[in-house]
Amino acid sequence: MRVVIELNTLFGEKKEEAKKLVFTSIDQYPEAPVTLGTTLSNFTGDWRTFIPVIDESKCVKCYICWKFCPEPAIYIKEDGYVAIDYDYCKGCGICANECPTNAITMEKEEK
Amino acid sequence: MEYKPIRKVVSGNYAAAYAVKHARVQVVAAYPITPQTSIIEKIAEFIANGETDIQYVPVESEHSAMAATIGASATGARAFTATAAQGLALMHEMLHWASGARLPIVMVDVNRAMAPPWSVWDDQTDSLAQRDTGWMQFYAENNQEVYDGVLMSYKIAETVNVPVMVVESAFILSHTYDVVEMIPQELVDEFLPPRKPLYTLTDFDNPVSVGALATPNDYYEFRYKLAKAHEDAKKVIKDVGKEFGERFGRDYSSMIETGYIDDADFVFMGMGSLMGTVKQAVDLLRDEGYRVGYAKVRWFRPFPKEELEAIAESVKGIAVLDRNFSFGQEGILFNEAKGALYNTGERPLMKDYIVGLGGRDFTVPDVKAIAENMKAIIEKGELDREVEWYHLKR
Repeated sequence: MRVVIELNTLFGEKKEEAKKLVFTSIDQYPEAPVTLGTTLSNFTGDWRTFIPVIDESKCVKCYICWKFCPEPAIYIKEDGYVAIDYDYCKGCGICANECPTNAITMEKEEK
Repeated sequence: MEYKPIRKVVSGNYAAAYAVKHARVQVVAAYPITPQTSIIEKIAEFIANGETDIQYVPVESEHSAMAATIGASATGARAFTATAAQGLALMHEMLHWASGARLPIVMVDVNRAMAPPWSVWDDQTDSLAQRDTGWMQFYAENNQEVYDGVLMSYKIAETVNVPVMVVESAFILSHTYDVVEMIPQELVDEFLPPRKPLYTLTDFDNPVSVGALATPNDYYEFRYKLAKAHEDAKKVIKDVGKEFGERFGRDYSSMIETGYIDDADFVFMGMGSLMGTVKQAVDLLRDEGYRVGYAKVRWFRPFPKEELEAIAESVKGIAVLDRNFSFGQEGILFNEAKGALYNTGERPLMKDYIVGLGGRDFTVPDVKAIAENMKAIIEKGELDREVEWYHLKR
């Protein structure tokens, strides 16, 4: 069971060790604009305004949101419910739009 | 090895092609356009004769030419292309990619007037319209400077990781034959060692992805890096120009070449082949008692602001000769020079003469007529007008 679930997540166990690469001064940047790592260090979800929030009491585990997420930033947890990986979610709202039971709502993110 | 130049009688375009061969360029991707075509034809001839092992990529447009050159350069290769006018305009988008990705490509642009009306003759507006693409720009006065310019530009570009456009005049240089002193291959190799790239797409132990996205949180810093590279390039240009002079006898240590500045009332300032005419005219005017000098702007980007300020300190007037025009304002070099001096407190009388557009002949008598006009302006202490369409049929 656990193996199947891992395949459905974005990075599986690797994600637990993922650390965002943050440059705080000009000297830390590479001279040329090339990436210094994979998306395990380049988190891409920092430009959104709204974030999807899941109400599990309405979720029927149809996984339509999981299929439609273009990132993909939605994964299936061990209990079968879906969850959002906010490190990569860009707040497009497709999941909320597609959800047949309105279990996903878009809320303004506090930054 | 003692330096003994190899003298060849070649066109400006052939001078460029020889420089590409001597620089041990590895990849050339190009598309033909008058008056550039004989550069890439000559390179193709070198390859056909087995004189070089350059990889030559024939492409379907100038946009593709620059794209392929960028791809080659991103693998760590020394890459070259050449174009003119409409071809350069078609490359515009990719020019930003080359500089933004910090690829030290060298390209020759043969200055040709933009259409319409169609023209194949000399005019600087094509290259100057690419001012803000992040490329450095070197303007050659003669065929020798085309050859020297390409060799120096690779060394400069590969030091600061910024591409360079070496600019020569349509026909006046591109198709006119002159003696060019070329450098024996071994000595070029000593001057220009193999490139050490910042990154390569073929370094599988250190994989990078090029052309990735930067969010508003990071883009700004990369722009600053490119701006600083241009600023740092000023010293590199002077050092490489000095080294070139020490090795081969032709000194390029100043970004603005000057003559008779010390006791001149005013100077002619311009770029490219027209400055050859000006230098000859200034010699003649000096014989006739005119207190006149010249300031040939070799590097337009980065702009030699500090050197211009030093010139402005010592003269009463500057006659800017613009073989180009920015519609709605004035000549482009004039605009840049005025802007560079604004906060320095140096305010010589500056007048813009629009000359030679679309290959209109600009001759020694024209320089003399402008000298008369400038002399009157300086005696009076004020401009008659700021921008003069000098050749206009009235």
